[in-house]
Amino acid sequence: MPNMSLTKVPAAEQEPLVRNKNFQEVALGYTPEQAMEEATRCLNCKNKPCVAGCPVNIHIPDFIAKVAAGDFQAAYEIISDTNALPCVSGRVCPQETQCEQRCVRGIKGEPVAIGRLERFVADWYMKNVNKMPEKPASNGIKVAVVGSGPAGLTCASDLAKKGYQVTVFEAFHTAGGVLVYGIPEFRLPKAIVQSEVDKLKALGVDVQLDVVVGRTITIDELMEDGYKAVFVGSGAGLPMFMNIPGESLAGVYSANEYLTRVNLMKAYMGDHDTPLKRSKTVAVVGGGNVAMDAARCAKRMGADKVYLVYRRDEEAMPARREEVHHAKQEEIEFHFLTNPVAIEGDEKGKVCAMECVEMELGEPDQSGRRSPKEIPGSNFKLEVDTVIMALGTSPNPLIRSTTPGLEANRKGCLMVNEETMQTSREGIYAGGDAVTGAATVILAMGAGKKAAEHIDQYLKENA
Amino acid sequence: MVKIVRKKVLNPTVTLLEVEAPLIARKAQPGQFIIFRVDENGERIPLTIADHDPVKGTVTIIFQKVGLSTEMLGELNEGDTILDFVGPLGTPTELPNGAKDICVVGGGVGCAIAYPQAKAHFGTGVNVDVIAGFRNKDIVILEDEFRACSDNFYLMTDDGSYGEKGFVTVKLKELLDAGKKYDAVIAIGPIPMMKFVCETTKPYDVPTIVSLNPLMIDGTGMCGCCRVTVGGKVRFACVDGPDFDGHQVDFEELMNRNAVYRDQEAEEKTGEHHTCRMDQLAHELIH
Repeated sequence: MPNMSLTKVPAAEQEPLVRNKNFQEVALGYTPEQAMEEATRCLNCKNKPCVAGCPVNIHIPDFIAKVAAGDFQAAYEIISDTNALPCVSGRVCPQETQCEQRCVRGIKGEPVAIGRLERFVADWYMKNVNKMPEKPASNGIKVAVVGSGPAGLTCASDLAKKGYQVTVFEAFHTAGGVLVYGIPEFRLPKAIVQSEVDKLKALGVDVQLDVVVGRTITIDELMEDGYKAVFVGSGAGLPMFMNIPGESLAGVYSANEYLTRVNLMKAYMGDHDTPLKRSKTVAVVGGGNVAMDAARCAKRMGADKVYLVYRRDEEAMPARREEVHHAKQEEIEFHFLTNPVAIEGDEKGKVCAMECVEMELGEPDQSGRRSPKEIPGSNFKLEVDTVIMALGTSPNPLIRSTTPGLEANRKGCLMVNEETMQTSREGIYAGGDAVTGAATVILAMGAGKKAAEHIDQYLKENA
Repeated sequence: MVKIVRKKVLNPTVTLLEVEAPLIARKAQPGQFIIFRVDENGERIPLTIADHDPVKGTVTIIFQKVGLSTEMLGELNEGDTILDFVGPLGTPTELPNGAKDICVVGGGVGCAIAYPQAKAHFGTGVNVDVIAGFRNKDIVILEDEFRACSDNFYLMTDDGSYGEKGFVTVKLKELLDAGKKYDAVIAIGPIPMMKFVCETTKPYDVPTIVSLNPLMIDGTGMCGCCRVTVGGKVRFACVDGPDFDGHQVDFEELMNRNAVYRDQEAEEKTGEHHTCRMDQLAHELIH
């Protein structure tokens, strides 16, 4: 008889006013007892709508049944069969718009806490077993993967499991892409990312750091060097700005820069050399997950006040509800329907205020959301010493400009055949933000997975 | 990880390191840069490539010890390794089409980056004049190297202790006034120097290329830290540059952005109070 509770078994979290001063993980995860109790809420439906909602098609009811039975090892094996990064996706997936949105239990009450269960299983495995995978027999065929973010890691893992000799090229000094430079430690501990990279290496994948494909070596040179196929998962690119006065004052950051300084370069740890402005009052502009991450990092870095300024209303915010909720709990002050019009500097060229204007929502625009309009004369000033722009990115031109024949769309995103993830060049595949523009970790993983499948097919026919 | 195969102290604050980096040596072109990180806790710091040898597989950097990371780099010796060394980054220098007569202007340690420009064009049918400026005789670098790859070499010192007395702009203006027609000037050095070279060439309408050195993190077009305003537009020095049309660059903004952590660093270095001479000079000149 399933557990008919209408609500998820609650999971422990660090207290908001404690955690907003440290970088330790916010959500603490289920105990085995809690996980088993939550698992019994799954009805094990015949048509499994949750699986269709998962970009990497985890066999969700099957692993949950194993959790309910207390066989966590078996549950892990089911998850890792289709998901190369279970510790990661269990933490950062927007389950509420994917698997959990389709859960039958969600029709009346809360859906099964699929995300928390996935994380529990992955953490349990890492803590209690953490066996490195065995290196499969090599078929000797070389494949190059550009970028070690979620798309690249997934693609590399799936290809390595099939016996390909995979080399991952990473531009930074640490593997993980957005998982290490973007997503903060308190949402995704970096030790977890490292352990996933270690598993990849155990599969025989060679991870080459400090190599910028397009500069250090081009894709065509890789192919001349004997790589039979290339997967491009180079991620999103240049940060966007608003083109308002004052955006180049000292103290204006893009969210990418701010997060990179904090997360990758570890500015939050006293013994690292990368500097970060010691801000007292910070305004973050934007309404996505990156904006939430930046605001919550700024608070943890010691800012007394952190404002989040977003031009539409709360309903229209693209950020996950959970992130918004966490940010509010951590005393981030939200200014909805507000847009910056100028940033002001002091006599030394440092930010001292941000002038904003209030907005109202008009008719729906192309995105279907009501478009914001300025309310004339409603201007006001926020006294701030730091502004962080979290407005999204435009694709990096490095690879498309150095790879003849690689087609991109008007926005500069690489064009692929959506069935196979192949680009306009034979043998070159792409996925993740390089194709979609800024999106989620799990969509990138799904793309990496799909590409691996089709690279395998292509190489079976052509290598 | 790259190994240092040669170290040469050029003057008390400027050091040359030649490192084994075959992939970078194979691809490097004048104007491009590398990013290094000395150790696990280090910053990522960009340095323009001073020389490269594709046959030996080595890359040469010349740097001034101005901050924590360059101090640490300067402490390393032959046989030591640098943890991270990535490149070549940025867009190679492009002369205006059909340029036949150029002047390369270097200031201080900027001469290290001006040198590969002279070397690349000398002997290719392009007339290469070089004006190299230094504060005084003691810090002159690369004199022989410049002489070997220039048609005319002018060495300037601020105090007249060596070569001719005066700033590089004095010599440049003198040449232009005398009717010298350059197709392009490449100016590399401290921000105020580049700014004043641009002001010197503007009335003569000589295209002037400058190599900018904003703060940077990733160097591949991801973080936006290195943004500069050129012709009223935001450009990213790491992918759009580091070379730009000097007549379009907002130098004051660049200087302001480069100083963003300076007060903080000075505070952190308790007991030490040091105002960079170049900053002081820049301040006096610009304000």
